[in-house]
Amino acid sequence: MLLLALLFNSAYSAINVVEFETDQQAERYQKLISELRCLVCQNQNLADSNAGLANDLKTIVQQKIVQGDSDEQILQFMTDRYGDFVLYRPPVSAKTLLLWLGPLLFLMLGLGILAAYIRKSKMQTVTISQQEQQRARQLLDERKE
Amino acid sequence: MKLLKFGLPLIGFIVVAIFLALGLKNDPRYVPSPLIDKAAPAFSLPTLVDDETLVSNQDMLGQIWLMNVWASWCAACKVEHPVLLSMAAQGATIVGLNYKDNHDDAVGWLQRYDNPYSQVIVDAGGQVGIDFGVYGVPETFLIDKDGKIRFKHIGPVAEQDAQQLLALVAQLESES
Repeated sequence: MLLLALLFNSAYSAINVVEFETDQQAERYQKLISELRCLVCQNQNLADSNAGLANDLKTIVQQKIVQGDSDEQILQFMTDRYGDFVLYRPPVSAKTLLLWLGPLLFLMLGLGILAAYIRKSKMQTVTISQQEQQRARQLLDERKE
Repeated sequence: MKLLKFGLPLIGFIVVAIFLALGLKNDPRYVPSPLIDKAAPAFSLPTLVDDETLVSNQDMLGQIWLMNVWASWCAACKVEHPVLLSMAAQGATIVGLNYKDNHDDAVGWLQRYDNPYSQVIVDAGGQVGIDFGVYGVPETFLIDKDGKIRFKHIGPVAEQDAQQLLALVAQLESES
């Protein structure tokens, strides 16, 4: 038990101790800081970052949760200042439509090509008529001679 | 058929190549500010010389001014400093936002390197910085007479950036 306590102590010593009244608030906090991008080290979320600004923003998230702000209000606060970039999950807008629909478009394109391919290969089997079969046999016979 | 077999991958390659080439020109560290052409966030901060004197965004209305976010701990601020001095000499109003700095270090820094700022306001906790969407120091904002942010420069101001900023100031000046 003591060992476990020590382990946790060292692992979390660099992170500000965050306390909430309810588990639900703590859960919301964890969810929000994992969805918000750290502006300084851009490939990390706030939860993973120890940059000064990330800590400031985490404190703001915490304060706003305690104040009773909704998740939407907190995310709005962040996007008002840092734009959609701060969100790891960008909202659907005219600018990001291609990003959201891109995979679907590629799937449709792939299905389209597949369908065309299948249809064509089916048509090929149909077009081998008696005439052609005869000619094929003829050609094969020619080679035998 | 042959055209499809070789043409399609070729077209695909060209499209991807164009996007990648355009991507090379983008600076991944540049985060576009949503605050451009919006009213500058309200603030009321003490000055570096006297923490009893408060300067607010209201006080700056009617002026075209630059807000330069700096700190004595910021290495890039030292790089842009001579440029700011020359801009101030050319008549630009530059207000320094001393961001999360130690008072004595900031005062000493200005004494050592000279002071381009008409005023220096102190954002010790960094809240005003966050309101302005500051994510790296230095950053420079251009604010018009109506208190609107018209332009934001991220990173140290180089000589050509200074020319651009001064041109924008002159343009705003002629508009009003």
